[in-house]
This record gives sequence, C-alpha cells and structure tokens, in this order.
Amino acid sequence: MAAERILEVEGLSVAIPTPSGMLHPVQNVKFHVDRGETVAIVGESGCGKSLTSLAIMNLLPHRAMRSADRLVLDDTDMLRLGERQMSDIRGNRMSMIFQEPMTSLNPAYTIGDQLTEGPRRHGQSGMSEARDRAVWLLEKVGITAATNRLRQYPHQLSGGLRQRVMIAMALMCGPDLIIADEPTTALDVTIQAQILHLLAELQREFRTGLILITHDLGVVARVADRVAVMYAGQIVEEGTAHRIFTTPSHPYTRGLLDCIPIPGKTARGSHLGSIPGIVPSLIGEMPGCHFAERCRHATGRCTSRPVGLGDGLGPDHRVRCVFSPEELQP
Amino acid sequence: MFTYLLRRLGVAVLVALTVSLITFSMIYLSGDPAVALAGEAATEEDIESIRTYYGYDRPILVQYGDWLFKALQGDFGQSHYLKQPVALVIFERLPTTMMLGLCALVFALVLSIPLGVLAAIRPNSLIDRTALTIAVIGQAMPSFWFALTLMLWFGIVWRLLPITGSDSWANFVMPSIALGYYITPAAMRLTRAGMLEVLSADYIRTARAKGLRSVTVLFKHALRNAILPVISLAAVQFGFMLGGSIVIETIFAINGLGFLAWESIQRADLPMMQAIVLVLSVFYILLTLLADMLNAWLDPRIRVA
Repeated sequence: MAAERILEVEGLSVAIPTPSGMLHPVQNVKFHVDRGETVAIVGESGCGKSLTSLAIMNLLPHRAMRSADRLVLDDTDMLRLGERQMSDIRGNRMSMIFQEPMTSLNPAYTIGDQLTEGPRRHGQSGMSEARDRAVWLLEKVGITAATNRLRQYPHQLSGGLRQRVMIAMALMCGPDLIIADEPTTALDVTIQAQILHLLAELQREFRTGLILITHDLGVVARVADRVAVMYAGQIVEEGTAHRIFTTPSHPYTRGLLDCIPIPGKTARGSHLGSIPGIVPSLIGEMPGCHFAERCRHATGRCTSRPVGLGDGLGPDHRVRCVFSPEELQP
Repeated sequence: MFTYLLRRLGVAVLVALTVSLITFSMIYLSGDPAVALAGEAATEEDIESIRTYYGYDRPILVQYGDWLFKALQGDFGQSHYLKQPVALVIFERLPTTMMLGLCALVFALVLSIPLGVLAAIRPNSLIDRTALTIAVIGQAMPSFWFALTLMLWFGIVWRLLPITGSDSWANFVMPSIALGYYITPAAMRLTRAGMLEVLSADYIRTARAKGLRSVTVLFKHALRNAILPVISLAAVQFGFMLGGSIVIETIFAINGLGFLAWESIQRADLPMMQAIVLVLSVFYILLTLLADMLNAWLDPRIRVA
C-alpha cells in the first residue's frame, strides 16, 4: 500500500540579514511526511529545527527570508499562496504546538474562546458546534470537567494543562499535519511522558502527520517513525527510526547517541560521550561539511566541496558524509 | 472580583479622607485666614469678630470635623465673595469643565491610540518617525503657547472658530485640542511600546498559527493587552487635565471650574478654593478607581484570583 504523502519539503532555506552578514540558519532542507506518520527533527539548540517549522507555516520573523524548491501540503503548492490564502490553511489543515505553554495562550481570553476561534475563523462550524468539539477534544486530551474549563482563563491552569489545551487547539479543525515544536521541553519530567503518549495516541487515532521537533533522543526513540538529524542548518542524516538508532552513520548522529546512557549497557562509572568543539557560525557561505571542524574523521576531502545527502545506504536511509559507514569504524 | 472591588474602594475612601485633611489645612498654610479676610485697614476687633463669625477660633480638629461633616452632605459653606452657597456655584460650573475634559480626552485618545498602533506595526517607518516628531513637539510645547497659536490661526487669521466663550460646541474645539494635545505624546508612546512588546509575545504567534486574520490578531489579541497601561495613564492624565484646564479655561474665557478657581484665588475666596480642590481631588480618585475597574475587566488575571 503506497503511503499517502501529506507534506513534501525540498530545498527549503532561510536567510536572515544581520549587521555582520547574511545568516543561513536553514539550508536546503528536504524531507516528507506521510499520513499517520511521525517524523522527528532532532538537533541541538540553534541547528535550525524551529525555524524549519516556522518556515513551513510561513510564520517566520519579518526579517527572515524563505526560499524553497518545493513546499506541498496534500496537493496544495504552498509556495504559490499569498499570505491570505496561507492563513486559510494555517490552523485549519496544518497546525502547530509551541514550546512554551505558559505564554502561548492569550491571558485576556477564556480557554473556550481561544479554542473555538479557529473553527469559527475557518468557517467550519458555528459557535455551539465549535464548543461541543472543544469539550470533546478537551476530554480527549485528558482534561476533566471540560465544560467548566471553557470558562477558565489560562492563568488558572498549570503548565501541563495548558499544553493539553494547546494540543486540543491544534486538533480543533481536524488538520492533516501537526507540527509540535519541542512540546515537552518546558514541562516537568513526569508530565513530559504523559504529553508525549497523548500526542502519539491522538496522532494514531486521527491519522494526522506529525512533525516532532526535539533535542530529546529518548523521546524520539519512543514515538518517531522516521528521524531527520539536523546540524548547523542542514539535515545530516535521515532515515527510519530503527535504522538511525541501530546503524547511525553520520559521525554527528553517533556522537549524539553516545551522549545517552543506556541502562544495562553503559558501564557504571564510565564516561558518557561528548562532542568536542562548538557549532560553527552560519554567517556567510560555508563550503563542505559543517561538522568537519568537530569530527575526528575529518580530512581535506570534507571541506573542499559541498557534501550532498547521499542514499548509498538504501532507500530509507540517507547521510551527508563523504565517508561510507565502513570507513568510519573506529 | 468582589473582594478586589471592596479593597480598592476602601483604599479610595482613605485617600479621599487624607486629601480632605490636606485641603482643609490649606487655609492655615497661607497665614491667619481672619487677617487675610479682614483686609489691611482692619482693627484688632474687626479681625477678632471675623474670627468668631467664621468659627476660626475653635480648635482646628473641631473645625475640620465640622467642615467634613457638612461637606459630606454637600454643604461647602458660603462663598466669601459671591455670598452664595459654594456648592451651588461649583455645580453650575462643573459640567462645562467636565465637557471640556472629556472632549480633550477623546481627542487625545482618538489621535494617540491609532498612531501608536501604526507606529508599532512598522517600527522606524515614516509613520513611526512622524508620530515621534509629533510626540516630541507635544511634550516640549507649553499648552498656553499652543492655545494662543491655535487662537491666532483658527480664530483671527482664518476666522474658522470663535475665540472665547462657552456657548456652543464650536467654542470647545480649540480648548479641547489645546488641552488634549498635552497628553497625546505620552499616550501614543505608551501604546506603541505596549504594542511592540505584545506583538512579539508567544500568544500572538499562536493566534497567527491559528490562521486568524491580521486585523483580529492586531485588535483582539494584541491591543487588548497593550491598552492596559494606556487606560491607567489616561485616567491620571484626565485628572491632570481637569487641573490643567485652569490655564486653558482662563485663556479661552470658558466659564468652567478652572476659571472659577482662578477667580477665587484672586478674590481670596477660601471656602470656594477649598471646595474646588476637594471636588477635583475626589474626581481624580474616582477616575483612578474607574481605571482600575476597567483594567480588571480587561485583564482576567486581576479579576479572577
């Protein structure tokens, strides 16, 4: 059965002019999401994963410039849409959950008002229908006494509850795609797991595509179908979650995985891995591999010319490295 | 909400009492009131009889209690000069001043809020720079000078508006502008600053991610949060304007409370001055109370504990 493609991104780049030159935080990003699939974008802070998601939503800051070869949602070419048509899609066929539940809701309006705003804007339903759906979804995301919650204000809810409200809000219009930008980072560890389970469950039930942006590989291992690892504005490795975790092929991915202790495997008292050096500046052009500076395998070959995302490892695994995995064995 | 209201009301009453005490003791700040009233040529006996006649010989706390008790019933005594009940004169003049203040406030807000919003949407644009220029000029220009300039051009050179009096709405145009222009810069800059801050808030991004129209995002989600400090400012400034209308009313010869205050000062009409200061102060207190209520209504974090 061929999977139904929901989102296709190709050649997506973001450029931001700064006083010291042009900043390229997102460079030539390519990936896709199928219906009912969870794609995780992983990387450390500043690697461009959040800007990638904002670029897809066309919610970038004013100064940032977006360019792409292909940006298709279902069969809509989003590159050809004006801001007005784009706003018809946002919150309707594609919605977003943000990192900061504490500040992502407007303090001046009730939960009910903010939940029903989307469907009313997109002409999907009248007030009473929207309210019914809001109550139904609040119960779905595990909020009790949902009818009463509609009358409450954000400041009366805890962070975990607010993030549940945000999730319900993202589902209000029945979108095909949800982008969750570090949805659990700001929450207590105990709540993080609950919210993740909830997201995964709802995503299965509603068969939406989910882009999960995170720096937490533990999270990724549990819920992602496919993983894209980003480093310094580029996707350096992409493949099924199984392949990424069993046969990581990019030195950066390996470095990331080495940083995680595995119970029973990591010897007590032994040192955890770390990646030496810092992320390079993304101002101006950078030929060759972005990770070369920090990579212990790097040679002159790495920095002399651009390194493409090669698929020599099979159809479901691509890696941006001049070496083959065998050459990288320690 | 109810406890907040009650607490706020209690504070207002306390402030009003304090103000009344200060207002009352004003009499003694300018020396012996009996001497001032009697005039230069008065003898010792004249002064003594005036002192007993007006009750200035009693202990000051008794006088205050007596004055306050009567004032609460709306009796501010007799005007020394007009020989009429002070309350009557004040309530004759009050509507004119209120009308002027209100017109000035409306003028100021209608000008400053849209300008502030526009300036915040496009920071450092031509609109922003123009608005800033207006603000700087407004802040720097004395209101009496601005009033005279208006008079000169609109009243004398172009003959568009009457220069003095308070008989028709046309009389209020120039004074309202002169009075209102004074608070426009602050209100505008505050709106701009508030909007700039709110527009970069996370919940604005959420609103945009929902696909809401930019007008909805701007006015429903942003302005309501940005306007809170402007309301507080407007209330305080409205109070100042009632006081500041002394200058404007005198220049335009508008028969309001400000003009009356000016006349009473010249006539050393103590009960009248006391009453005017008290009325304006109580008004001021009521306005700040109103602003707090309005803020509580707009911001549920204040209202819903």
